Amino acid sequence: MEHGSFTDNSAATFSLTDEDHTLANSVRFTLNQDPRVTFCGYSIPHPSEARVNIRVQTTGDPASEVLKDACQDLMLMCRHVRSTFDKAVEDFKASNAVKAMKIDSNDSSDSEESE
Amino acid sequence: MAEQGEGRGEETKFSVWDLPDVPMGQLPPHLELQRTRVFCNKDAPIHTESIQYSGAYSSIGVDNSVQLDNFCKNFRVEVIRLNEDDIEFDMIGIDAAIANSFRRILLAEVPTMAIEKVLFANNTSVVQDEVLAHRLGLVPISVDPRLFDYMSENDQPNEKNAIVFKLHVKCERGSPRITVKSDELKWLPNGSELVKESTANSDSSSKPETYTYFSSSQESVPEFVKNPIAPKYPDIILAKLGPGQEIELEAHAVKGIGKTHAKWSPVATAWYRMLPEVILLEDVEDELAEELKSKCPVNVFDIEDIGKGKKRATVARPRSCTLCRECIRGDDWEKRVALRRVKNHFIFTIESTGALPPEVLFTEAVKILEGKCERVITELS
Ligand code: SF4
Repeated sequence: MEHGSFTDNSAATFSLTDEDHTLANSVRFTLNQDPRVTFCGYSIPHPSEARVNIRVQTTGDPASEVLKDACQDLMLMCRHVRSTFDKAVEDFKASNAVKAMKIDSNDSSDSEESE
Repeated sequence: MAEQGEGRGEETKFSVWDLPDVPMGQLPPHLELQRTRVFCNKDAPIHTESIQYSGAYSSIGVDNSVQLDNFCKNFRVEVIRLNEDDIEFDMIGIDAAIANSFRRILLAEVPTMAIEKVLFANNTSVVQDEVLAHRLGLVPISVDPRLFDYMSENDQPNEKNAIVFKLHVKCERGSPRITVKSDELKWLPNGSELVKESTANSDSSSKPETYTYFSSSQESVPEFVKNPIAPKYPDIILAKLGPGQEIELEAHAVKGIGKTHAKWSPVATAWYRMLPEVILLEDVEDELAEELKSKCPVNVFDIEDIGKGKKRATVARPRSCTLCRECIRGDDWEKRVALRRVKNHFIFTIESTGALPPEVLFTEAVKILEGKCERVITELS
């Protein structure tokens, strides 16, 4: 899946099957955030083929390492998004339960859309 | 500039380094605004791109790379509305690239169960077999897809990868027409009841072979005891029967994703919009304030009294702005009102079709993106 030269591994194209803009665009984002990257981009060579090519050029580090780090970053970001989201939902549910209880005691029927 | 300096040679030596410093590590206000806001001008929006490249501002000594701990510090989620079917929440401090990935995954890659195969025993209704089968496919089924496996091409349908429903309705002669609704779909926890023809008339010693190979009843799974599998809504119209017409069929639901067919999509829709920001660039008073208030169809502006019989417009509800740009139409209004959008603040809405609650759908979507990253990492190493 990696296409590059044997002598210079700081530039390579990675061909990922069964992926599309969903992964490629967010990986491009994290790649762009990495100061070691001089160029990155992606393309989908043909719309009816489930394949995406990601080009990475670096200042010297092996391109595959940099791509791996970008994926790692993205994964950690996702993990953080998930925990933050779960916590926010929990908080919301807790505060809503309290609100619903208060409303119940005030004898009002509308609990959900009270705000 | 350099030539000028030479021309004035005798004057006090002037160096660029004596100029008041551009604050290092911080963008000048206008660039910061361009980086974080979309400007919605009268003719077209500008500065719509998000500046991703880490070295975008290196020439003025600003590091544009987002370090992970920085992201973690600034990222926030605020739930606005949450009920059984939909959720609205604000996601703050994330790039559009990633927010869009979540949206795309929600639409096309979070799995659900949907009817894929329909075996007709009898259909004398006016609805053709293939049309009815297609309609059945679109009926949302209220079951947690995480309890099932995918059925691949050579798999036999079993209790781990298939759900079987039976539908048998008959309209008796002489009775009025009847409407077949989705609550007629009856779950068969023991699998198919249709006997394969080839085995039916052969030897009678063994159990007759049906179209599924369940080794145990799905009713023994504790999750299904609590909430038996059924269509999410009981009142979806499937067909209408006239007197003497009959439908008898068996429907097999399997696990799949929205990419293959929209019937597997777990959401009615999932979308986001950037937070609108409406700013008054100068004080808008008296008649102008009244005019501004009446211009806006969704009532973004309010009017406040500032004493001495004077009135001033204020921005009261920027969140409901639809960006219709009515308020910047006409002479000079663009000088008074600025319409912007905050680039890293997303108002995300998910409407679930019912298989999973909307908040679970989102966490599933994030997990799927994580899985994709993991796949690339393992393939690279
Ligand atoms: S753009 Fe439209 S909705 Fe938004 S403030 Fe102006 S008039 Fe109101």
